[in-house]
Amino acid sequence: MILLATLLVLAVAALGWWLARRRARQVELRAHGHRDRLHSRPVYHGLYVAIWTGVPALLLLLAWIVVQGPVLDALLLSSLPQDVVRGLDENARAVLLNEIKTRAAGNALPGQPAPYVLEAVQRLLRWRAIADMAALALSLAVALAGLAFSWRRLSPSFRARKAVERAFTWLMLLCASLAVLTTVGIVLSLIFETMRFFTMVPLSEFLFGLRWEPQIAFRPDQVASSGAFGMIPVFAGTLLISAIALGFAVPVGLLSAIYLAEFASGRFRAVAKPTLEFLAGIPTVVYGFFAILTVAPAIKRFGEALGIAAAPNSALAAGLVMGIMLIPFISSLSDDALAAVPNALREGSIGLGATRAETIRHVLLPAALPGIMAGVLLAASRAIGETMIVVMAAGIIATLTLNPFEAVTTVTVQIVTLLIGDTEFDNPKTLAAFALGFVLFLVTLALNMLSMHIVRKYREQYD
Amino acid sequence: MTMTKNRDITRQAATTNDVASPVCGGECKFITRDVNVFYGEKQAIFDVSLDIPDRSVMALIGPSGCGKSTYLRCLNRMNDLIDICRVEGTFLLDGEDIYSGAIDPVLLRARVGMVFQKPNPFPKSIYENVAYGPRIHGLAKNKADLDEIVETSLRKAALWEEVKDRLDAPGTGLSGGQQQRLCIARAIATRPEVILMDEPASALDPIATARIEELIDELKENYCIVIVTHSMQQAARVSDRTAFFHLGRLIEEGPTEQIFTAPREKQTQDYITGRYG
Repeated sequence: MILLATLLVLAVAALGWWLARRRARQVELRAHGHRDRLHSRPVYHGLYVAIWTGVPALLLLLAWIVVQGPVLDALLLSSLPQDVVRGLDENARAVLLNEIKTRAAGNALPGQPAPYVLEAVQRLLRWRAIADMAALALSLAVALAGLAFSWRRLSPSFRARKAVERAFTWLMLLCASLAVLTTVGIVLSLIFETMRFFTMVPLSEFLFGLRWEPQIAFRPDQVASSGAFGMIPVFAGTLLISAIALGFAVPVGLLSAIYLAEFASGRFRAVAKPTLEFLAGIPTVVYGFFAILTVAPAIKRFGEALGIAAAPNSALAAGLVMGIMLIPFISSLSDDALAAVPNALREGSIGLGATRAETIRHVLLPAALPGIMAGVLLAASRAIGETMIVVMAAGIIATLTLNPFEAVTTVTVQIVTLLIGDTEFDNPKTLAAFALGFVLFLVTLALNMLSMHIVRKYREQYD
Repeated sequence: MTMTKNRDITRQAATTNDVASPVCGGECKFITRDVNVFYGEKQAIFDVSLDIPDRSVMALIGPSGCGKSTYLRCLNRMNDLIDICRVEGTFLLDGEDIYSGAIDPVLLRARVGMVFQKPNPFPKSIYENVAYGPRIHGLAKNKADLDEIVETSLRKAALWEEVKDRLDAPGTGLSGGQQQRLCIARAIATRPEVILMDEPASALDPIATARIEELIDELKENYCIVIVTHSMQQAARVSDRTAFFHLGRLIEEGPTEQIFTAPREKQTQDYITGRYG
């Protein structure tokens, strides 16, 4: 019914658009091309009427959808026999309402319903029909009122274009604030859940604890019933894997960027640059396959040849594959930064008798440094936040080690494992995920702000 | 990239050395013969032969696209940087062919410095800009030596008094005219024999231009200077000899006074009187 009402409102709006545009066109035609007869082009007349017809009615329908459920719930509860309702707590009332709604939808439930439930089902169905009809009638009335109102305001000298442009400005503002508000909402929920976590686990244990064993007891007398929530080993794992990834990706990415920007022929560049950037488009789950099926066994064999016992899910495997994923970020941004260095600097240096290597080392790299740093920091925050590769290729157990052949776990892996399966949001095990996520968010936020600051500070200086 | 037949060069070198250049007797810095330059299929310079005397200023004038900058950039092989550019002909610097394998272009450019149209200081301090060339060529034995080279070069470029208290400030923070003088100081610091200037004052205001022109006048005591300019007044003011290029050909070359008062060619006269260009 709501769907039908929406379609009808849209149809009325389209009709208004068509009518207003047609009338404006006729005015325009009668004016024989004298521009000053009509202030706004006919399309704006049409849009003006369509906006006034459609937007208020659709907003009304949206509000109706939001409000209808709770209002009907309240009405149902108050219509039930008082002695039944009074004896129920919050949860039991929700169960009762749910039973009524399920039966109203025609689904079978076990057991014979109480007579007052059956009555309530009938009432609910009747009220819903009334509400739907009301929504339909009211929205159509609002749409028609909007149509009439805007239609009467239209005249050849009416500034419909201004009004339409203002409406679109509001629309754009709405979209922009949607993204901002969502971010704020996510951050707030992170903060609140993290605060709940710290009511159960002390902050000092979380920040400085060296043991991460996030289990909780099902029974009080269980063995190893107390968990430990020290984030150090988990973050150490993240840092180890990120360091391996960056240690691989930064030199490779930077050197390939220098080659592409300064030495490669046009034809090689035309092939190699899109190929490198194509790496960035590979889903990380594919990298994960690559890590467990190809790289990890190779490292294990390599370790055996050297006499080192390598874990099947070693930090090295996850780090190297993550490094491959990061290469395009570094090479592409560094290449752009090098290409943006004015040619005048290149020629100035060569013209003084510098070799290409000297020119690159002493002039081009310092000039491109902000862009290169931004690329490296972006890659670093990607590495720290990367999830899929490490979920597939890194370990679960938090070991505090610097040995790249051992298995370590990462913050993202722990968040995933903590939240998988049946979870309740009233114990430290689940809430720990939010605390980890919050710290992760702070770290990547700091890295992003640092890279933005570097870019802004040094940009345009060498113009 | 650059194709010249060695056999031809030796022959031509012998000729040019036997027949002393009519322009400068035995004191020619550059002797160039039958220069042809191509950008891919397009020929930019046709059969240019030009002698450039030492310790003087040679101005190259002509309308845009006439090949004067291209010719200038051949003199220190800057055109090597352009992949599609091909240079033919003979370029003798003190009698040595600069396009033969015997001279490394990197070392050539240390001898033949260049100042560009747009001031292009490096994103480094004023001091480091001037010290750049001496450092990469190992001209200074120690820090004190380097300090002295920097000071002398800045003095020669008439910039020392303005920047001596802020040698650590970035070179890019100077005004346009100061930046260009910094670039000249940078070129001087490598102790070149020739300084090529590609419209060095075209991006500057009249006062800064006047300072650069004064500077050129002083520098010619010690250096061979080749300057490309769009301003005929500038060519008349600063140069000893002037070469007029048109559509890739050298139309006329001679003492500046003669070129501007009694040109032999009608095209030259049309250009300097502003009939086209």
